Amino acid sequence: MPETIAPCPDTTLATQAAAGDRAAFAALLNRHYDGLYRMAYRLCGHQQEAEDLTQDICIQLGQCIGQYRGEARFTTWLYRLVVNRAKDRWRQQKRRHTQPLYDDLILTDPAASPEQQAIDRDNLRQVTLLPEKLRLAVILVHWHGLNHAEAAKILKISEGTLSWRLHEARRRLRPSPAKGSDKL
Amino acid sequence: MIHQPTENAPEKPMADSIIPAADRQRRQRNIDLAMSAFDDSMKKNQIATQGSQNTRRLSIMEGWIAALRDWTKGNMTMERKYWMATVAVGALAAIAVPSVMMIQHPDFGRTGAKQSLDQSLIGASVQQQPAIEGKDRFSRDEEQRTINSIAAPEQKFDAPKEEAASRDKKQSITNEADASNFIAGNVVASSSVAIPAAPIQEMAVRRVDTVAKSASSPAAMLQIAPAVVDDTLVTGYQDFGRDQFRHIDQNPIRLVAEAPVSTFSIDVDTASYSFLRRQILQGVLPAKDAVRVEEMINYFPYDYPAPTNKEVPFEPTVAVYPSPWNPTNKLVHIGLKGHQIKEKNRTNLVFLLDVSGSMNSPDKLPLLKNALRLMVDNLSPDDRVAIVVYAGAAGTVLDSTTIKDKQKIIAALENLSAGGSTAGGEGIRRAYDLAKANFDANAVNRVILATDGDFNVGITDTEELKGFIERQRDSGIFLSVLGFGSGNYNDALMQTLAQNGNGVAAYIDTLSEARKVLVEEASSTLYPIAKDVKIQIEFNPDQVAEYRLIGYETRMLNRADFNNDKIDAGEIGAGHTVTALYEITPVGATAQMDELRYQTDHPVTKKPVKTSELAFLKLRYKLPNENKSRLIDRPIGPKDVKESLDQTSDDIRFAASVAGFGQILTGGQFTGNFNYDDVIKLAEKAKGIDSFGYRAEFVNLVRLAKQSAAIAPQP
Repeated sequence: MPETIAPCPDTTLATQAAAGDRAAFAALLNRHYDGLYRMAYRLCGHQQEAEDLTQDICIQLGQCIGQYRGEARFTTWLYRLVVNRAKDRWRQQKRRHTQPLYDDLILTDPAASPEQQAIDRDNLRQVTLLPEKLRLAVILVHWHGLNHAEAAKILKISEGTLSWRLHEARRRLRPSPAKGSDKL
Repeated sequence: MIHQPTENAPEKPMADSIIPAADRQRRQRNIDLAMSAFDDSMKKNQIATQGSQNTRRLSIMEGWIAALRDWTKGNMTMERKYWMATVAVGALAAIAVPSVMMIQHPDFGRTGAKQSLDQSLIGASVQQQPAIEGKDRFSRDEEQRTINSIAAPEQKFDAPKEEAASRDKKQSITNEADASNFIAGNVVASSSVAIPAAPIQEMAVRRVDTVAKSASSPAAMLQIAPAVVDDTLVTGYQDFGRDQFRHIDQNPIRLVAEAPVSTFSIDVDTASYSFLRRQILQGVLPAKDAVRVEEMINYFPYDYPAPTNKEVPFEPTVAVYPSPWNPTNKLVHIGLKGHQIKEKNRTNLVFLLDVSGSMNSPDKLPLLKNALRLMVDNLSPDDRVAIVVYAGAAGTVLDSTTIKDKQKIIAALENLSAGGSTAGGEGIRRAYDLAKANFDANAVNRVILATDGDFNVGITDTEELKGFIERQRDSGIFLSVLGFGSGNYNDALMQTLAQNGNGVAAYIDTLSEARKVLVEEASSTLYPIAKDVKIQIEFNPDQVAEYRLIGYETRMLNRADFNNDKIDAGEIGAGHTVTALYEITPVGATAQMDELRYQTDHPVTKKPVKTSELAFLKLRYKLPNENKSRLIDRPIGPKDVKESLDQTSDDIRFAASVAGFGQILTGGQFTGNFNYDDVIKLAEKAKGIDSFGYRAEFVNLVRLAKQSAAIAPQP
């Protein structure tokens, strides 16, 4: 069902950019660059890959902003691009039988204790081994911090489906009772 | 940004503070890249709305005109009449609806404009209107009515308008820019390409003005359902410069003394010709790897005699005559004609259609839908059709339905819209499952895959895909592949799939080509009469010093493969003609290579059989339901030799002209000074009856090629 979107600066900027307003497009880019990069990083787990993906998306944005309609939030639209490209890369990696790279050292909170960090690292690695759909749900909601509504829209699924996937992911990651925390 | 509180609620892992900061330099560079992509994309829209030359419209209009012209032509061979009678009604209906997507030109209905367009585009042969027999006759009135109905599309159009109307003005400007973008296509840059004919330019300008002024949404005009444009969208993205073709090393000249035997698989695909035709019509020469000379030659119908013996599916026609580009050499022409089937078998078809966002341009999904409609209109009540789509949301759009319920099929086709990224979905498995579920050993069971090259059909690994298709083929389900669009056209993969699936690969750039492949030649496309057809030829070193196979580089086989039934080869459909050409240097003529110095008693040349035969031709084939091959053979000897080109037939001379053109396009290493004008001279006089104007179109194509730029300019 079509939702009415209250005009917000993002949508206005994006619509203007779509109509050819260069300054609006530049403003939009600057505003969202970091978020875009961080999303890319969470999906790739590796700085070089994340930078590459960000570059691809920047170019794609330039080419496709003309098609932005204002029917969805700009961030929804943007993150869909990122998620889809990331999925392509995952598939390429799978085909070449390489594991997705995740920088070991960086992922965990340096302030935490070494044991905790080890546990966290293990959990994070497990997330990266989840099947694609579950993995995406976890990354969007728990890592990038999006709410269910937003994440569901990006993935083009219902909120119910999203909840189920999160639940299922949690279930699979649930450690044996002997282990410590079960952070996702 | 609310975390759902549960017992497993995490502190935020991969928190912003933990992630390494984005590299400043790359950030700047990425933003610059984005801005310049933005500028390019906006500039393209601007250029389109200003109406400067845009050649893509050219090919759509041209193809459409060709379709119109084809209807009104008469004098067809026996086979064609059958199809034409049924095509007539179906085509009229089919053309009226999609016409909106092609022409909005207000002058179009007037004969004057049309004729001048014809003249500039198509050439003198169009002016003929030979007498048409019986019910195939189209009166001038009908033709005029058709043209008028096309010039006034509003009545015929049925795409939803509500959504379009509700957009505010600002949005509609965006839409028009996009629509022009769609029209402009993603292909050749406008400004640097010359268009040959002035009337076309005029039409182009006027056409775009009409677009810009028009109040109704151009997106609707293009018959793209508004719901289609997807937020994740791929349209307009990277759709140029990514055509993929398998690299071809041309067949070299071989010494008979070293390699007396040549073996290859036949090929009835026509994709290469359609593809290069499209490029040339846009004013660019095709990449060399895109040119497969055998497919160019085989694009055209030839009137080889059908087999006299009913037991065999085809009989070779052989001729040897002086080479047009090297008179001391000869060309050996081998033609096969598959017999026409009298009774069509039932068909069990599954259309597997790519409906991803990248299919969202007029020369792709809309064209595909119309093409399939044409095809469906020509099937019989007991034939079955199912439709599976793959894209973001893959699925069965239509379960296997008989043509008795044609409306259901047409409705399903019309509801297709492009959108979503080309993500998985077990499209291909589902398609084959459907084919299997309705498998009929007495029917033709075939999956027809239509795509622009994004092959995410559910199996992404090419080897796995090939293996899957091979296994299915062995169970009697064949695969044909239809290619659309350019700029992202994965020809290499399409060829592979079609070869592995015992199917045809065709490239569809216009409705007229769609009609050719799916209607006129439907019986060839659908009904195989022989599979795994291989040719092996042994040259007599006493008579022939050197030989060179023209084309078929991607079909070469090892000598031992000929007798090995496990080795897959091409299939021949009902009514198909296949032609292969060798250029040979007879013993005594000036040879390209020096004779061997150290092997005067070479095993091959030492004791040749004393005969005046030039070569021995062998053909192996399997009947569609069998697994053991059969053999046909015959010598090629003096009685096949014609002393001059004049003594050969139009078909043979025309085939030679096409071969000449193909070789020039790939560099002309072996054709000396033979140039475009020579091709034109040879082809012009070899047109014969040319009921559909394909040969005339070819001659004009060569003329255009002469003028074309060598490299496609990047937008």
